[in-house]
Order: sequence, then structure tokens, then C-alpha cells
Amino acid sequence: MSFIPRASKKLKNRMVLTDTNLLLFITIAVFLAMYCCAILFLGRGFTKPQAFFNILNENASLIILSCGMSVVMISGGIDISVGQVTALVCMACAVNLDFQNGTVFTSMLIALGIGLAFGAVQGFLVAYLEIQPFIVTLAGLFFAKGMTTIINASQFNVENEQFKALKSTEVNVPLMGSYNKLGEYIPAYVEIGVLVAVFIVIALFCALKWTKLGRNFYAVGGNNQSANMLGINVKLTKFMSHLICGLCAGIGGYVYFLHVGSGSPSHAAGAEMNAIASSIIGGTMLTGGVGNIAGTFFGVLSLSTIKNIVASLGLDEAWWTNITVAAMLCIFLLVQSVILARKNKNKK
Amino acid sequence: MTKNVKFKESMKAVKAFLIRMVQNQLFIPLAALLFLVLFNIVVDPSFFRISLEPSSEGYPVLSGYLITIIDNASELAILAIGMTLVTAASGGQDISVGSTIAIAGSVVLRVLCGTDSRPETLKAPIIVAFLVCVIVSALFGAFNGVLVAYFKIQPMVATLILFTAGRSIAAWINNNELPVINDPSFGYYGNFIPGIPLPTPVFIAAACMALIALVLKVTNLRLYAQSVGINPSSSRLNGINPQTIKLISFIILGICVAVAGFIKVSRLSTINYSVVAKDIEMDVILAVALGGNALSGGKFNMTASIIGAYVIQFLTTTLFKFKVNSAAISAYKAVVVIILVVLSAPYVRKKLVEFRKKIVSHKVKVRKEVA
Repeated sequence: MSFIPRASKKLKNRMVLTDTNLLLFITIAVFLAMYCCAILFLGRGFTKPQAFFNILNENASLIILSCGMSVVMISGGIDISVGQVTALVCMACAVNLDFQNGTVFTSMLIALGIGLAFGAVQGFLVAYLEIQPFIVTLAGLFFAKGMTTIINASQFNVENEQFKALKSTEVNVPLMGSYNKLGEYIPAYVEIGVLVAVFIVIALFCALKWTKLGRNFYAVGGNNQSANMLGINVKLTKFMSHLICGLCAGIGGYVYFLHVGSGSPSHAAGAEMNAIASSIIGGTMLTGGVGNIAGTFFGVLSLSTIKNIVASLGLDEAWWTNITVAAMLCIFLLVQSVILARKNKNKK
Repeated sequence: MTKNVKFKESMKAVKAFLIRMVQNQLFIPLAALLFLVLFNIVVDPSFFRISLEPSSEGYPVLSGYLITIIDNASELAILAIGMTLVTAASGGQDISVGSTIAIAGSVVLRVLCGTDSRPETLKAPIIVAFLVCVIVSALFGAFNGVLVAYFKIQPMVATLILFTAGRSIAAWINNNELPVINDPSFGYYGNFIPGIPLPTPVFIAAACMALIALVLKVTNLRLYAQSVGINPSSSRLNGINPQTIKLISFIILGICVAVAGFIKVSRLSTINYSVVAKDIEMDVILAVALGGNALSGGKFNMTASIIGAYVIQFLTTTLFKFKVNSAAISAYKAVVVIILVVLSAPYVRKKLVEFRKKIVSHKVKVRKEVA
């Protein structure tokens, strides 16, 4: 009697290994292979730890946005407004700091407020009024885009001293520095945004793995009818997924702001597409129910490594980056679709 | 007494008619259009003035806001035709139309200009350029269609690939140059043909509508697309191949994109890869949604979508007239969309019906109590 549940548990573990973890494994392997290729063919620039940290510095906000996107995608939705919300956060914070005598603290509050407001409204419309997430967040994208221009139509750099000090703060990473040609030791550094991003990755990873809400996201994304029958509050779960994504958009927006130090309507254009692409490359299934925050993290790294490779190959025209990103997205989508087809065959 | 009964009966008929009208799919777009028209009449009646003025080439053409609307809505209406089919059959939307328009336009210019970016004469007949552009766009449509139909990727994400890469491919086709065509006959398709006071895109859009009406009338496309959208597996059991239908719908959208791209290029006789048809995919999806079509696939109403396209353009032009910054327009559009979508959400409709029933039953109760 007692061995039956154990056997089924074992089977369940193996099943988990086949979908979520297989995709995660592919992502990490691809990232490592790509990084090795970069080191082999493009020489020494990539061997320095600082090259890796620079990728992190440039993509801290994308990592945060992608994590939020993954949560929404795991629970079966999508949020395409994050890029423009980032731009809106940048502009609102910049105006607050420069024209309204704001402090760093008030600008942070504004960023979080904008993110939460977008998340809450979109989540309410998607979860409780049952409108398609794509349409709702499309409207959100439009709204954020328009609001950014209404607040201020032109680009300007922030001159607030307090903010500038925070922006130029660099955190040294011990034991990772390198010696330059003169033999001087140059410490490796990361920006504050990277620490925030890493914190969010770890927090969301743990939340999805071990909390009730996190498990509910997977259940709702996998099959919301059976989740409903299990007694999960499907609507609340969907709402929470959008709220978390909105919060991530707010934080990611502030990190982006911290990185560029200016407000402009053209900031973070197309970031939502990069975030979706990173999540997909990181093994999040669009159909919901499958995904991993660690995968998303590696997805962002893969995406930016390939961008760096393209840039350093001398193909610096912007179109090559877009075409390679699209090709990569295409390949990963095909891999996902093949895996899904195989799984369905196994079921039969 | 009989008069009273008759009056009551006629009131009932009017009420039934009103309810039927409200439930009709054309109600939302037409009501939105009516609202916009009334708004403009109240604020500034000169909005509707149409005058015959000499164009830059000397012959008289019609001008006025209304003409601008039906002129600029042509591409939107043409795209709405294809998008409605894709939405119905695949249950998702194609977000790559703007990028594919850039590709189509780039192909037209490439064929017409050859390797020279400032040609004195056209290197190929315009009809050849148009046909090549149709074939290329149909191929890109087929690419999306194969990903959606055979690899079972969600349409929005499958088309994300071309959305990201499309404008880059368009730039690559012309080696990142911006060719300009000086031949005035190329501009006829996007502006005016000498002697005809109406802009040509209006006629092209009308031709496309007539064509699709004919196709829907003669072939089984409407039935097949709807049945595939409602339930692919049961339509497969009934002998319809869902994959082929989805592929065909994407190819039709590809052809629509080619026509729209051709008009776009002809308007300016040149192209700007990063700006041409920017955000048009959003407008097209809005047009389909405004037409009351379920964005999750299934039943569709082509007329409603096309009217939706004109309403969207009406809104854009109205906002432009009030000197709203072109980038800020999107915020207003978003508010309109949210209102429309919330009103047409099944959940809200159900609640409204329940609310109405409650009021009616309350009235009946009150009457009984009085009696």
C-alpha cells in the first residue's frame, strides 16, 4: 500500500525534470556555449570578469523586467506594457528630481507607485473582468507612451546631486579584478542596479519554488479550470501575477533610470519584446505553467551575449542585432514547440 | 382604450427593435462613430466642410477632414480585412504587420530603383514591382502561418519574430539607403490620379473590400475560418484541415499587407524604415476589437471590422485637429480602448443584463404591491 504514493511521487519528479528543467538546462548550456565561442573567436575581451559584469550592468533593468514577465507568462498571461512603463517611470522620476525639488526617496516612491498602479489596473481588468491580457496591456502600453510625452516631450539629463552620487556608486567585487598593462590592479565593479536585480531574481526564484502563491502561478498557468477545482483562487492569482509584473516594471524602470540618468520618451523602446524574448529563451512556455526564474536570468545573459558578439564582429549596423535576436527567438520557439509535441505524444 | 393598447404594442415593438439593435455586432462601432460625429458637430461644425481646391499640380481635388479620414483609413481598412480572418482562424493577432509593410515597401522600391537609389527612370514596370511585393509579403505571411499552424506557437509570439526583425530586413534589402522615386506616375497610387478628385487609396480599399466580399460569398472561407477558430479538433473531424485554413488566413493577411505597403510607399515616393507604418498593428487590432469580434477567435463580422478601422482613423484625425501632440494621441486612444473593451467584456455584459433584470423585477414587484 505504502509504496504506491512513493512511486507516483518519483514519477512526478521525473516529469518535472522533463519539461521545466530540460528547458532550463538547454538555456544554461546555450549560454555557456555562446560565452565560450565568444572567448574563443573574439579574443581576450571576454575572458575578463569585468566583461561579464558589464553585461550585468547594462542589463540589470532588463533582468528585472524579464523576471516580472516570466511570472505573468507562467500564470498564462502576457504583459507588453513593461517597456513603456519603464520610459514613464524614467520621465516621471526625472521631472520629480529636477523640477519639483524631489529627493531620491520620493522618486523611488513614484517609481513603485506607477508600477503598482499599472499592475493593479491591468490585473483587475484581466483577472476580474476577463479581458484578454494582450489587449489590456496593449492599451497600457499606449497609455504609458502617451503619458510620457504629456509629462515632458523632450529628453533631459538629471542634475540632482544626491541622485548623481547614487548613480555613480560602484560596488567592487572582491577577487575579480584584473591587472592592466602597467600592472596596476583594477577592481571589478557592478552598479547598484545589479544588486537589486540579483536580489529580485533570488526572491522571485524562492517565491515561485516554495511559497503557496508561487505554486499557484504554475497551477493556474497549467490549467486554470483544474486549478479552480483544486480550490485555488484563480482570479486572485492572475491579479497577483500582473501586480508582481507591474511592481517589477516599476523597480526595473528605476534601475534603468539609475543607469542612464535621464528622462526621454524614447527610453527602453522595445524592452517588452526583449523581455518576452529573454523569458522564452529562458524556457518559459508561452502556454503557461512551465518556466523558471533562473532560466530567465540566463535568457537575458544569452540575449545580451549574442548582442555583444554581433557588435564586436564589426557588424555594428543596428539591423544585425535585431535579425540575430529574432533568429534566436525563432530557434527557441521551435525547440519549445517540438518539446511540447513530444510531450503530447507521450501522453497518448 | 384600443388606442392605448395599440400604443403599448408599438412601444413593445420599438423596444424589441432597440434591444435587437443593441445586440447587433455593428452597434458598438456605429455608436462610436455616431458619438464622434456628434462631438465634432457640437464642438466645430467646420470639421465636415468639404471643398474643391486645386492641388499642387493644378487640377481640382476634394479636400477636408472627412476626405483625409477616408483617405488615411484605406490602409487600416485593408489590413483589418486580413487581420479579421487571422483573428477568427487562429485566435490570435499578427503584430508584425507594421514591420512587414516596411519590407513590402522596401521591395517595391528595390525593384523600381534597381541598384541606383536616385533613378531618373523606373527600372521596371510598376505592376511588376507590385506583383513581386505581393509575392514577398505572402511568403512572409506564410512564414508566420507555418509557425502558427504547424509548430503551434501562439500567433502573437510567432509574429514577434518578424516584429523584431522586419524593419531591419527592410533596411537590409535596400542596403540601408533611402531610395527616392521621381517619376510622378508612381505617386498616383497613394495620392491623386489627375482628373479624379478623390484620392486613389479610397478606390483601392473599395476594390479590396469588394474582392473579400466576393471571396466570402463564393467560397467557404468564412465557414471554415469560423469553425477552425471555434474548435480546431472538431473541425478536423469534420474534414476541414485547420492547419491549411490558418496558413491561408496568414497568407491573405500577407497580401493585404503588400497592398497597404504599396500605398504607403506611393504616398511619399520614398520610405523611412523605422517610421513607416509605425504602431499600425495596434490600430488594426483595435479596429478588429472595436468591430466587436472576439479576439480569441471564432465568429467574425468583416463589415464591423472595416467600420472599426474608419472609426479609429476618425478618432485619430479628430485628436489631430485639436492639436494633440502626435505622441500623446496614444494615451487618449488607450482610454477609449479600455472603455470599449470593458463595456464589451462578457463579464460586464452579464452583470449589466442581470442589473436590468433586477430593475425590471423590482418594477413588477412595486406594481404588484400597488395593485
